[in-house]
Amino acid sequence: MAGQSEVSAADRKIVLVGNPNVGKSVLFNALTGTYTVVSNYPGTSVEVSRGHCEIEGVYYEVLDTPGMYSLLPITEEERVAREILLQENAHTIIHVIDARNLERMLPMTLQLVEAGLPVVLLINILDEAERKGMRIDIPLLQEKLGIPVIGGAMARKRGLPELRQAIASYNPEVKAVFGYSRELERDIAKVSNLLIGDYTLVPRSIALLLLQKDEDAWQLVGKAEKGNLQTIEQAVNDTIYERRMDLNLRISLERKRICHALLEEVIHEQTDRKLTFFEKLAEWTINPWTGFPLLVAVLYFGVYVFVGKFGAGTLVDLLEGGLFEKFLNPWVISLVHGLTPWVWLQELVVGEYGVFTLGVRYAVALVLPIVGTFFLAFSIMEDVGYFPRLAMLVDRVFKKIGLNGRAVIPMVLGFGCDTMATMVTRTLETVRERIIVTLLLSLAIPCSAQLGVIMGLLSEVPGALPVWTACVVLVFLAVGLLSARLLPGERPMFYMELPPMRLPQARNVLIKTISRMQWYFLEIFPLFIFASVLLWAGKMTGALDGLVRFMAPPITALGLPAKTTAAFIFGFFRRDFGAAGLYDMHAQGLLSPRQLTVAAVTMTLFVPCIAQFLMMKKERGWKVSLGIFVLVTLLAFGVGWCLNVVLGFSGWLL
Amino acid sequence: MEQSERAEDILEAVWIAVIEEGDNSASLEALDIDSHDPALLDLECQALIELKGGRVYLRSEGRMAGEKVVRRHRLAERLMMDILDLKGSNANAKACEFEHLLNEGVDTRICTLLNHPTTCPHGRPIPPGECCRTARSSADIGVVPLTEMKVGDAGEIAYIATSDTKKMQKLMSLGVLPGNHIRLNRRFPSFIFHVGNSEFAVDEQLAREIFVRTDAAD
Repeated sequence: MAGQSEVSAADRKIVLVGNPNVGKSVLFNALTGTYTVVSNYPGTSVEVSRGHCEIEGVYYEVLDTPGMYSLLPITEEERVAREILLQENAHTIIHVIDARNLERMLPMTLQLVEAGLPVVLLINILDEAERKGMRIDIPLLQEKLGIPVIGGAMARKRGLPELRQAIASYNPEVKAVFGYSRELERDIAKVSNLLIGDYTLVPRSIALLLLQKDEDAWQLVGKAEKGNLQTIEQAVNDTIYERRMDLNLRISLERKRICHALLEEVIHEQTDRKLTFFEKLAEWTINPWTGFPLLVAVLYFGVYVFVGKFGAGTLVDLLEGGLFEKFLNPWVISLVHGLTPWVWLQELVVGEYGVFTLGVRYAVALVLPIVGTFFLAFSIMEDVGYFPRLAMLVDRVFKKIGLNGRAVIPMVLGFGCDTMATMVTRTLETVRERIIVTLLLSLAIPCSAQLGVIMGLLSEVPGALPVWTACVVLVFLAVGLLSARLLPGERPMFYMELPPMRLPQARNVLIKTISRMQWYFLEIFPLFIFASVLLWAGKMTGALDGLVRFMAPPITALGLPAKTTAAFIFGFFRRDFGAAGLYDMHAQGLLSPRQLTVAAVTMTLFVPCIAQFLMMKKERGWKVSLGIFVLVTLLAFGVGWCLNVVLGFSGWLL
Repeated sequence: MEQSERAEDILEAVWIAVIEEGDNSASLEALDIDSHDPALLDLECQALIELKGGRVYLRSEGRMAGEKVVRRHRLAERLMMDILDLKGSNANAKACEFEHLLNEGVDTRICTLLNHPTTCPHGRPIPPGECCRTARSSADIGVVPLTEMKVGDAGEIAYIATSDTKKMQKLMSLGVLPGNHIRLNRRFPSFIFHVGNSEFAVDEQLAREIFVRTDAAD
């Protein structure tokens, strides 16, 4: 028997639930000490993170669930969150709520308590609420609710010891009870008395879900109550008919009434106070007159200056020109040449397409600084709370291309890494939006690595950058407009919470940037090596020359030298590979300004890299991803050809 | 100016193509009408439309007449959906039959009964009639959709007018719940409002479904 108690102790689970953006992930990190991506954007943590912690000598498993608004799930993420609540048999459930929105979030606490779950309430972000002039009487609330209530600010670890104490001393025997109006209680009893099956939730809670026509609950009951099902169905339908009012609404109103009563005397608010700087800033970001200039400023300083100039310029020069060219390359090359007399092995490691000279050098010296600076800028904007406002600002424009403002997040992320952005498209609500965003990402959104190289390349040729920008923007809009017309499906709706803007915390920003870079590096580094081995094999066997010859006619049709073909083929292994190939050719003086512009446009539009293609296949399936592949290839070469003709006739950029 | 049902249907289709979809005219082919259709010729005879080269052009008298037909059709749809709870193609077919019964006067009654709805169940706007304008100018309805409120206006949420349960749940879980206090902060580019201490943005489509009892009307 001793063995069994050990097992159950090891299996004690703490589940974190709550609305999006209340600090669940921050709490998760504070409890476990391991890091997940902490996000200020509603609904990014799609996957569930698990970690461990030890409190007073007992091990607990900690689960961080996706944000949910109520026990009645609407989105896939909420369904996941509820699944965890129903199946994991938690020791304690920590309901995290935002102190500033106590009244709005408390109804879910009631739902959890009512479901018979062992709830501890954590009132988080207390510091910001206090700054807003709110005072919350936590002991009084605890007394009224009958469950442990803790106030804190997890970003500053305030309240963490109290929370750990509450978990350790949790007594599941103490259960709070709330009463609805007598009428509703009678209705609930009528249904719950009929339930005889075995459930994780208490019958009362199941009855409520049944009355609200929750599909999962009906399925559960269908399995548990074979012979009894018809009687239950009849009872539920009778009740719903008898009241002739939407039960969802009725129950929501009841809960609101109870919460209002609970919070009586608990919240003290000071109403007259000045707007803080961040509240003013939030105003500016959503006013189109100031919002768009701000957006331009963010793009200019955040992306162009920081990522383009600093990351792709200064840092790349330092690493590529300094570290690799001057020190590492000569050293490694002489080392390899000294170690092996075989030419094929020398070529494999340090040759033209060598694992070290191509693979490692590109990954570390070219791509890493660019992607790193981008993710840093992205994480800062995310933590400031800028993206939901950006989403709102562009919603009207995005509606025209069949999307809603939400889609701006994967798009912006796409400027960092299209592969990661393609994965994030799953947070969009309809399949139609996901397909449109996937298509646009693979066509007209260059990733930061590619963007950095292309901007560096084109800024040396006057007039090339505007032409390139105009082409890409035009293709983006045209394809968006067309796909919105042609793809069937429902029109998107836009609704979004605008979290308060705040000063980001350096630690959170760093953790996010590092974990994104880690993901990126783990995903791309093997591909770089793989790509350089493949190219080496191609060169050695002559297959590369064959492929170059095969691809040469369409390339020369664009008015480009045949040697550009190699850059295009590289482009499929990493988008930036291709752009960097152009860079090399330009440095050798092989491309005229017109050829350079045509090549850059075609390359930007051309097929995504192999990693993005694999991600597309994973998220959208073979049919859609192959369709997009073919379409993008045709469009890229079509537009490139047209541009070459236009530039030829107009005589620009000779 | 009595038209046959057939003529009303044609006028409606042309009005939608020209006014709502922004075409300058509608082709007979797209409308699936024979150029010798007596109802069509009848409309031309009444100078509501003009026929030129296989396309139908709407004359300004036709615009007004068409708007009335569309208004009746969409009011009929709302009636089918909201009051009689008929859904899908059945409701559509019934609405198509029913609209022809809603002559001048009857449509006003139904519009008032439905509290001057602004959109049909498919989300398309219902052209306002005289009754809607009078009701608005005399401000006797204290309950307005969010889209009718001015920036800075506040009030209590009266009800949410959507037939989509998921949407309703979503709004309710955001705290957009009858009885809650709401303040409109911005109308453009999206509708931004405060409920409690939180700020939300919704598009016009959703804003149209949130009805508010404004403080001013009390």
